[in-house]
Amino acid sequence: MLVSASGLAKSYDTGVVTPVLRGAALELDRSRIGVILGPSGSGKSTLMNIIGGVDRADEGVVEVDGERITDLDDDGLVEYRRESVGFVFQFYNLVPNLTAGENIEVVSNISKQPLAIDEVLAAVGLTEKKNRFPRELSGGEQQRVAIARAIVKNPKLLLCDEPTGALDIATSRDVLAQLQRVNTQFGTTILMITHNVAVAEMAHAVFRMRDGEVEHATQNAEPVPAERISW
Amino acid sequence: MFLALRELRFARGRFSLFCGVIALMTLMVVLLTGLTAGLGAASVSAVDALPGTALAFSAEPKVSFATSSVSEQDQRALAAKAGVHSATPIGVSTAKLTGAVAVLGGVPGSSPTAGGVLVPPSLGLATGSHVRVNDQDLVVTGSTSEHSLNHLPAVYVSLDTWRRVAHTSGATAILVDAEPGADLSSAGLTTLSRTEAYSAVGSYSSEQGSLNLMTGLLLGISALVVGAFFTVWTMQRGHDLAVVRAIGASRSYLLRDALGQAALVLVIGAGLGTALATGLGLAASTAVPFVLAPSTVLVPMALMVLVGLVGATFAVRRVTTVDPLTALGAAR
Repeated sequence: MLVSASGLAKSYDTGVVTPVLRGAALELDRSRIGVILGPSGSGKSTLMNIIGGVDRADEGVVEVDGERITDLDDDGLVEYRRESVGFVFQFYNLVPNLTAGENIEVVSNISKQPLAIDEVLAAVGLTEKKNRFPRELSGGEQQRVAIARAIVKNPKLLLCDEPTGALDIATSRDVLAQLQRVNTQFGTTILMITHNVAVAEMAHAVFRMRDGEVEHATQNAEPVPAERISW
Repeated sequence: MFLALRELRFARGRFSLFCGVIALMTLMVVLLTGLTAGLGAASVSAVDALPGTALAFSAEPKVSFATSSVSEQDQRALAAKAGVHSATPIGVSTAKLTGAVAVLGGVPGSSPTAGGVLVPPSLGLATGSHVRVNDQDLVVTGSTSEHSLNHLPAVYVSLDTWRRVAHTSGATAILVDAEPGADLSSAGLTTLSRTEAYSAVGSYSSEQGSLNLMTGLLLGISALVVGAFFTVWTMQRGHDLAVVRAIGASRSYLLRDALGQAALVLVIGAGLGTALATGLGLAASTAVPFVLAPSTVLVPMALMVLVGLVGATFAVRRVTTVDPLTALGAAR
């Protein structure tokens, strides 16, 4: 078991206290792809933020590779994010002032045991675009740079928040295939948020959320290659 | 400095402009500092060149070379004090020679025979020349270093000659050579160290005060300008910093990077401004009193960098409060 979350509760107080998570729980094995499905407001992003160490739960426990991250202080969470977790965002979030290679290098610089930059660039098929700035890349290419940036630190867990949300179908399929290759090639455990039910076909585990809880958790014995998914 | 250097490359137009602003402000600060030192020297270099450890003036609310008057009794009282090696009366006044000059009489080591006068080379008077100082005919018996008092070139005569030139039988002040810590208090006298005695020179204090105030204000404005620039810059890159925080950069990493960037920009800008000011100062020193020395060039440059860093620190400290959730929030 790489990820284990249980009893997670979280509320936001913006004048009115709004519960977002109400005892959410999930478990994901090492080197697996997990997909979190659910409507807007169901608590998917909050659950991922807590697992990723960028937000704190009010209650509950998260363990990643045996480390109870809900007990970590701020410095501990920074180190956890630096060494153990990679993030892929919906809108790529590349630093516009840095080239593709430098966006990856900035993570490589702060990590203890990073992979070679050229290796990860080759893994996402962007060796030729290393010196291009984000504005010179297509959306799909930017997302592949974001994937390379996330995996260069050789993370235990790759968290993807709607990684295809801003892409067309063909490019989305390409990015999903890329994630699947990362999972296979590097053995990286991936937890992905999506609205797209079809994406669940490529996952080993599927978590359906509603009203701050994981309603159903199902295992998929035969994940489908991303290239064969259609929607 | 990974992010800092690459941002400088990417936004080189903005940073070049800002380096230019820093350079111009440094130029003003260095020029003003050189001018302040130059004007200061023109006011008090003759006081600086006096031998001895202290100067005694007649006790007045505002001690001044122009109004001080001491007697032989005062001189004897000081000379009799423990630890005093010598107490020499000197005269200081203004007179007309080829133009206005400061006449110093009885200064040990610069006191010619009666009827003689020592003049600086800048007056263009050859030894043996006959000159008229006020209503006294004197002979130039030699030259002296270029000193000035209250912006007037200093000429030196004996105390007797000075008394005739100044139409007085007394002296202006007493030059004291004493051991450190000796008690120099004496009834009716105010004793000042040599640097304290600068305040006895006409407009020295107000002149220096005004110029130093201008320099201080310029440094303060520089800190504000640097702070304003880096505040805007930090706000502009807030989202990028949140992303870098989310992927694992620590607060100290971002702070070091941001301060390193500010320091680099400040050193480049201040360096350019100092180089420009040095060139201009060299050219200006032939026409105006301007001192070009490490204290008037490197010190103001270092101060510019220092106050700039203070401003930048206030501005970039917000990088430590960047919330990585901002990066993730954009994806929702």
